[in-house]
Amino acid sequence: MSDSGPFRLSKGGRLIDRAYQLPFRFDGREFRGVQGDTIASALLACGQMMMGRSFKYHRPRGPLASGAEEPNALLGLGEGGRFEPNQRATTTRLLEGMVANSQNCWPSLSVDIGVMNNWMYRFLPAGFYYKTFIHPRAAWKHLFEPIIRRSAGLGKAPTEADPDTYEQAYSHVDLVVVGGGIAGLTAARDAARDGKSVTVLEQNPHWGGRTPTDHADGQALIEALLSELRALPNVTLRRNTMATGLYDHGYLLAREALADHDPDAGIPRQRLWRIRAGHVIVASGALERPLSFAGNDVPGVILASAVRDFIADYGVAPGKRIVVVTNNDDAYRTALTALDAGLDVVAVIDARPNATGALPESVRARGVRVLTASAIAGINGSTSVEAVKICSHAGEGKVLEIIEADCVAMSGGWSPVVHLWSHCGGKLIWSETQAMFLPDISRPPTGADGMGMATPVGAAAGDLAVSGATGAAPEQPLMPVWVMPMHASRKMKFKMWLDFQNDVKVSDVELAAQEGYQSVEHTKRYTTLGMATDQGKVSNINGLAVLSAALKQPIPQTGTTTFRPPYTPLTLGTIAAEARGDLFQPLRKTPMHGWHEAHGAHWEPVGHWRRPYCYPQSGESHSDAVAREVLAVRGGVGTLDASTLGKIVVKGPDAGRFLDMIYTGMMSSLPVGKCRYGLICNENGFLIDDGVAARLSDDTWLVHTTTGGADRIHAHMEDWLQCEWWDWKVYTANVTEQWAQVAVVGPQARTLLERLGGIDLSAEALPFMGWAEATIAGIPARIYRISFSGELSFEVAVPAKRGLELWQKLHESGADLGITPYGTEAMHVMRAEKGFIMIGDETDGTVIPQDLGLGWAISKKKSDYIGKRAQERSFMASTERWKLVGLESTDGRMLPDGVYAVAEGENANGQRNLQGRVTSTYVSPTLNQPIAMGLVLHGPDRMGEMLEFPVQGQVSYRARIVDPVFYDKEGSRTNG
Amino acid sequence: MAEALARITKLTDLGMIQIRADLAAAGDAIAAACGVAIPAATAMVAKAPRRLCWMSPDELLLVLPLAEVPEAVVALTAALEGQHALVLDVSDMRSAFGIEGAKAEQVLMKLCPADLAKMPADGMRRTRAAQVACGVWRQGDGFVLIGFRSVSDYLLGLLNGAAQAGTQLDPR
Repeated sequence: MSDSGPFRLSKGGRLIDRAYQLPFRFDGREFRGVQGDTIASALLACGQMMMGRSFKYHRPRGPLASGAEEPNALLGLGEGGRFEPNQRATTTRLLEGMVANSQNCWPSLSVDIGVMNNWMYRFLPAGFYYKTFIHPRAAWKHLFEPIIRRSAGLGKAPTEADPDTYEQAYSHVDLVVVGGGIAGLTAARDAARDGKSVTVLEQNPHWGGRTPTDHADGQALIEALLSELRALPNVTLRRNTMATGLYDHGYLLAREALADHDPDAGIPRQRLWRIRAGHVIVASGALERPLSFAGNDVPGVILASAVRDFIADYGVAPGKRIVVVTNNDDAYRTALTALDAGLDVVAVIDARPNATGALPESVRARGVRVLTASAIAGINGSTSVEAVKICSHAGEGKVLEIIEADCVAMSGGWSPVVHLWSHCGGKLIWSETQAMFLPDISRPPTGADGMGMATPVGAAAGDLAVSGATGAAPEQPLMPVWVMPMHASRKMKFKMWLDFQNDVKVSDVELAAQEGYQSVEHTKRYTTLGMATDQGKVSNINGLAVLSAALKQPIPQTGTTTFRPPYTPLTLGTIAAEARGDLFQPLRKTPMHGWHEAHGAHWEPVGHWRRPYCYPQSGESHSDAVAREVLAVRGGVGTLDASTLGKIVVKGPDAGRFLDMIYTGMMSSLPVGKCRYGLICNENGFLIDDGVAARLSDDTWLVHTTTGGADRIHAHMEDWLQCEWWDWKVYTANVTEQWAQVAVVGPQARTLLERLGGIDLSAEALPFMGWAEATIAGIPARIYRISFSGELSFEVAVPAKRGLELWQKLHESGADLGITPYGTEAMHVMRAEKGFIMIGDETDGTVIPQDLGLGWAISKKKSDYIGKRAQERSFMASTERWKLVGLESTDGRMLPDGVYAVAEGENANGQRNLQGRVTSTYVSPTLNQPIAMGLVLHGPDRMGEMLEFPVQGQVSYRARIVDPVFYDKEGSRTNG
Repeated sequence: MAEALARITKLTDLGMIQIRADLAAAGDAIAAACGVAIPAATAMVAKAPRRLCWMSPDELLLVLPLAEVPEAVVALTAALEGQHALVLDVSDMRSAFGIEGAKAEQVLMKLCPADLAKMPADGMRRTRAAQVACGVWRQGDGFVLIGFRSVSDYLLGLLNGAAQAGTQLDPR
């Protein structure tokens, strides 16, 4: 069975099943892998080592790693709405029929014009884009930017909507173990025995981490632990789940892949777990580091651990003549694995003067040359490894020997995965003997109780072999190697990659240090080290070690950059989850919503509500519909769905006193059965809401707020009650949704309502600003005789469940009266015709009632109300504040909303001085002319004066200052 | 096609009365008028067909058949006469949903940040479902979720989405 490629080994591969062949396409060509492959292993098996090109220089690149840390083998995956850029070939499971494409290639992977950057490296040094900003100025705009934008940048953003769905779930658990390797599983078992609820998260589809590959009987050890854990009811084992970040209070986010393997499964593709963990065990393992030698980015130079993963896990030979280069014992495992698979290991290059541990000795015993105190001086080959140049590690790189090879397995030591530990404040400590940053267990991330909320174990804590559980023999210490050979020439350093994805080399970091960069955070941004999608998982430690050497300071003094979530990139879909389409936001609907919809309402969003803006009839424009609705109301009768109006019950012995503080006016003196208009200000004096309050009984008022104000004003009331006047006996309740409310408006309103029977609505029985309880059309109701249009108007409130019934009965009975449903825009036009202000139009958070000529609604008798003292401050009391007036356009054009009126002269910035602005503007269908309101300096004292409103590209608008009440100045129409 | 995680039904016969009072002083009067004992904090007392739910240190919610609401409002109002108290029929401003079945809890785990697994049989939990406020209690082999009437469609969409067949939270 060699269908799946010339580099597929005849046996081995613990994760694959050769019986199932999976065809797929890469860059338009047909390939074949087997079940259990990653894309990387399948491509390698087919001899396709090159999988992409680098970010800056478009260097050919193959996989460096075998897991989540992969910086090179990033592919564009899928097509159409399912296209995803920058997917790691090393962690993406191969699916039948998969379509994958290399990135950053132009015009193709094998022939790339951008590779000219390769010899241009001297022109693209660290910080090159900052430098190109400087001089000559024109060069950036016309030369550098177009070229850089064209050639730089990784995968493309998808252009279609994602057809997949996503979900989230919350979980509360005593202990979360992150990492299903031997250390994590052991810790989970120990905690579970104590009776704790335990969840184990493993990012891979298989358990065990490195143990099955690296240790004899490793698989058996893992199986034994798993069977023990599976038998415990308090343990949850979750595979394919990557912990992305740890936050305050043990809040852990993790992404579970549900249907990544099957887009047609009909279930969400991924699930974001939002876990409250009592404690977190960080068992996230360690990542191997590359060695910085010249040519360490040539395809075929692979981390030693990845080489043995490809062999042992996938039965794939990354090469047939392998050179191992190392500074530690662990990499000798790769030599043994390769030998066991029947591959040639032509040499082990060990930088250490001696290699006498058990692992090196067992490799020597197999007849492999072990060259100690040696290093790699360079690689022959550009798109693949052809030969390895050997030199002395202590020297400057003089080539002593050239060894033919097609694969280099490198190991510069290991770095514990301390991301989760660090996300929430866990500190690190440098281990000189192991040359790695370890979690400092004396300074963990702390929880609400001030105690550590995370504990590192196993390789994540620096115990790389986890020998307590694996029984691994002790290894000889490694020798830190940050540049190979030790005294490498400057020219060699130009070819030593630190950050493979962002093309940052040893020379770049040294240049940054030479130019004065000292902080590792600044150097990171200047050189872009560790700023790519892999967030420098394999590059950070090498980079800061090189920086430390250049600055001639110890590594701990340089420190690390900040570890930030997510550990690996998170699909935005998991963050949005169900909040898309119909569920994007909670749409609030009134009981009559369906009727409006059926009658063609054009919607206006008001907060989360949808309100009819107007009801256009066939062929009618929105403005025509609004005009028709206004005229129908003023000429007959119309209905407005006012159910969204805020309704807050305020009850108690201190309710009157409380409302006198909330409102600028007097509400305690309102008689039962009456309504009063009121203004609500914040403590800074600014007007925040208005509406009509009705006194329901001796100790109960009903406060009406604006649609958008209900929740806000209720919270405002509770804030003052709970925090300031906690001993006042007042209860409030927001009953906005308990009632459906219909404004029945127009000269025929009384006629219509009387037809529905149940109450005397004569002006004597129910005068203006009165309310009454009644039964209308058999429905219990409250009727408020209030008007926001200047017309005879009744607002009828009925229990919400019967709102539609009332609305329909009104329309049935009023058909012959020409009853017309009207929307928010007709309401706005009618209130503007009457000069009534609108919260949000005439107010913007900087306007006080006095600006709006509403002094009549401010009680002079009260000693205090919220905002009173603020309104007495000098700037608030100033006569220079802009005040409300009407504005009459002189040329028949409607004034644009928000335009400013200019005054003589210029300000300190050379701009025209201003003297006013338009706050509301409409064409009045009633008066057949444009009308507007605005705030103008000394406005009310300047009736008849002209103002100029310049608008770019148009002839200035001109308007005369007039009374804001344009229609029915006497107010006679409210009586019908 | 596999089965949904739970049966989602809209409950139409739930009446609700909001009661605010000093529970220490008025507790006995309220219990007598409701015919149900006063619940402990975060709990509810069920006495079929009524439930009295603790909402806050000075607020209770009486859940009862719709037909019984007017009479209960009168009885409570009379019982609290002369005291500082608020009794309101809030039946129309709420909507309620039944979430029934062996995996009902998983449906709510996808929407509510509260630890519902730890909620006792007589618990009443005020929490949120995705972007809106809600209250949850156990009933039968599942839960009842109450929310605001204006967002009924949103809640129904959330619940049906979370209950979608094949989306169980069990490890796979």
